[in-house]
Amino acid sequence: MMKEVYITETNCITPLGFDVAANIKNIGNDVSGIQLQDNSKLLNVPFYASVINDDELDLAFAKVTSVDDYSRLEKMMILALEPIIKKSTIDLNERTAIILSTTKGNVTALENQNSIDSAYLNVLAKKIADFFGFKNEPIVVSNACVSGILSVSVAKRLIQANLYDNVFVVAGDEVSKFVLSGFNSFQAMSNLPCKPYSVNRTGVSLGEAAAAVLVSSNKENAKIKIIGDGSINDANHISGPSRTGEGLYKSIQSALAEAKIDSNQIDYISAHGTATPYNDEMEAIALNRLGLENVPVNSFKGYYGHTLGASGLLETVIGIESVTKNMLFASLGFDTIGVTQLIKIIEKKEDADIRYFLKTASGFGGCNTAVLFEKVY
Amino acid sequence: MEALKQELKSKIIEVLNLEDITVADINDDDALFGDGLGLDSIDALELIVMLDKDYGIKLVDPKEGKTIFKSIEVMAAYISENRVK
Amino acid sequence: MAVNKNYIRSFCTIQKNTVFLNGEAVFTTEEDSFAGFSKKAYQHFEINYPKFFKMDNLSKLAFLGAELLLATADENSAESNTALVFANKSSSLDTDVKYQNSISDSENYYPSPAVFVYTLPNICLGEISIKHQLKSENSFFIFADYDPVFMENYCNILLETQKADKVLCGWVEYYNEEYKAFLYLVDKKGGTEHNHKQLKKLYNK
Repeated sequence: MMKEVYITETNCITPLGFDVAANIKNIGNDVSGIQLQDNSKLLNVPFYASVINDDELDLAFAKVTSVDDYSRLEKMMILALEPIIKKSTIDLNERTAIILSTTKGNVTALENQNSIDSAYLNVLAKKIADFFGFKNEPIVVSNACVSGILSVSVAKRLIQANLYDNVFVVAGDEVSKFVLSGFNSFQAMSNLPCKPYSVNRTGVSLGEAAAAVLVSSNKENAKIKIIGDGSINDANHISGPSRTGEGLYKSIQSALAEAKIDSNQIDYISAHGTATPYNDEMEAIALNRLGLENVPVNSFKGYYGHTLGASGLLETVIGIESVTKNMLFASLGFDTIGVTQLIKIIEKKEDADIRYFLKTASGFGGCNTAVLFEKVY
Repeated sequence: MEALKQELKSKIIEVLNLEDITVADINDDDALFGDGLGLDSIDALELIVMLDKDYGIKLVDPKEGKTIFKSIEVMAAYISENRVK
Repeated sequence: MAVNKNYIRSFCTIQKNTVFLNGEAVFTTEEDSFAGFSKKAYQHFEINYPKFFKMDNLSKLAFLGAELLLATADENSAESNTALVFANKSSSLDTDVKYQNSISDSENYYPSPAVFVYTLPNICLGEISIKHQLKSENSFFIFADYDPVFMENYCNILLETQKADKVLCGWVEYYNEEYKAFLYLVDKKGGTEHNHKQLKKLYNK
């Protein structure tokens, strides 16, 4: 009998607030973190993105420690983890792991030839782990934009294999010159706040955030149960998704098979919805192939932008709130459907009874991850 | 124009890392995308960067790339007309 | 921890201008840059896949190793569900530095999409998946050093939960002309038992 695994604590640090409650309040009021930025240090033209206020970040961090030796991203990640480690009172011994999810980590360190060492992802992870005193070496997942949700899947698999009882997962990425210029070179950035699944969508709005969860075999205080997962590659192209949504389709199928439920039992989907022409179209095709076209679905990228390595985890944290509050949040930024196969976009906040929740993500390299969750009664 | 076409063929091979292809292998009216040279979406984006970097042409609408990069012939004509460098 | 025993069916090491397959040197060149060495290896093994030359160094390294191991596996790699579990220390740092240089001079600012796409370590998994049509479980991890214990555990999890029938595992480390690739195929039959002690031994060979 496979052990049952739960998510028992969640937290997030975003432009919409430094705890989950503040984020939910803003989301409920259709508030978006995406603003016009005019910062030539980041990009030579003004751009829309969702960024955290530096002063607020430093103020919050100063309450946790007066030590000044942490990068901006490290502060975000420590702030995300700190309250849940404290609240859980779990011993950070050999049965407790820490997984860090990021795509670029401290990439800003590359701007200075002398600080390249901090750009190593294991150095970043060790710094976070050492701050809290984890006994185990950190595990880093760096798998493009699925990293955040893939980390949850990895945590659940490690616990079911009885390697650990508890796994803290922290995810984060920053809006940086490095990433902005790259997405821009791909013509993938929208010149307006992103419009997931909409007919006039023209690309992503980038964002930054940190999120943290505790994945545990202990049912006490559980917010949700993790019942199935799959991370299947498209095997099609390194930057464009499969036109038939092959990898996403197989990932969701794998999760459903493991959970032993049918696709028609899924009550809500938090999808990837980056608002690029190809990603959103691919998702619509994959969902239709699985008979999921009538399941309420949203993208949280209209509130947060695309937070890269944080996105899968941050959006799961918010999705969990939907389940526990029996409330579906609007897919902010959406106006008129613009995918060839219809899907049921949540257009405004509404009550709903959600038992089974599916989180999906896709990323560069043809990767996809799907994780199925079940409400804990 | 002849010199520009040769230059473009040589640049494309270099910029797009087309290892086993020589300038002689590319005909002026060969399709660059699809069945011809088989270039893909990332190659198209790289050619847009090349237009800017080497010829000072900034494409306002990246979708224009589809028509401009049809063949060496078409590309050379467009660059001749619009180059700033 | 394994319910059923798994085996290392074949393994490949690439370092210092030499390719080893199952412990034997099968190709070597004189002291060369990785670009030169990898091109000669590509030609020697008659790989015939022009997209190879668009890849960055990390992807070329991973691709070469995978090519040797997957070619000798069952004919239809696409039929058998072969997962990819890779890790390294430097992520995509080699290409990150190259990309950073392309954006650091505001007078000569031409970010390259072809370089940017390789600033993620999991792209090499995509390249291998595409070549061998592996629509399978993929994940990329980062560790300070090769971690045979983690690799053994995660690989076994995929096999025991039937998320995969075989697993191609790889440590593919590349930074600034220093590289080491250690790839191996884990299956239900093979010459060497799959456990971290054996892995450590083969890694250090």
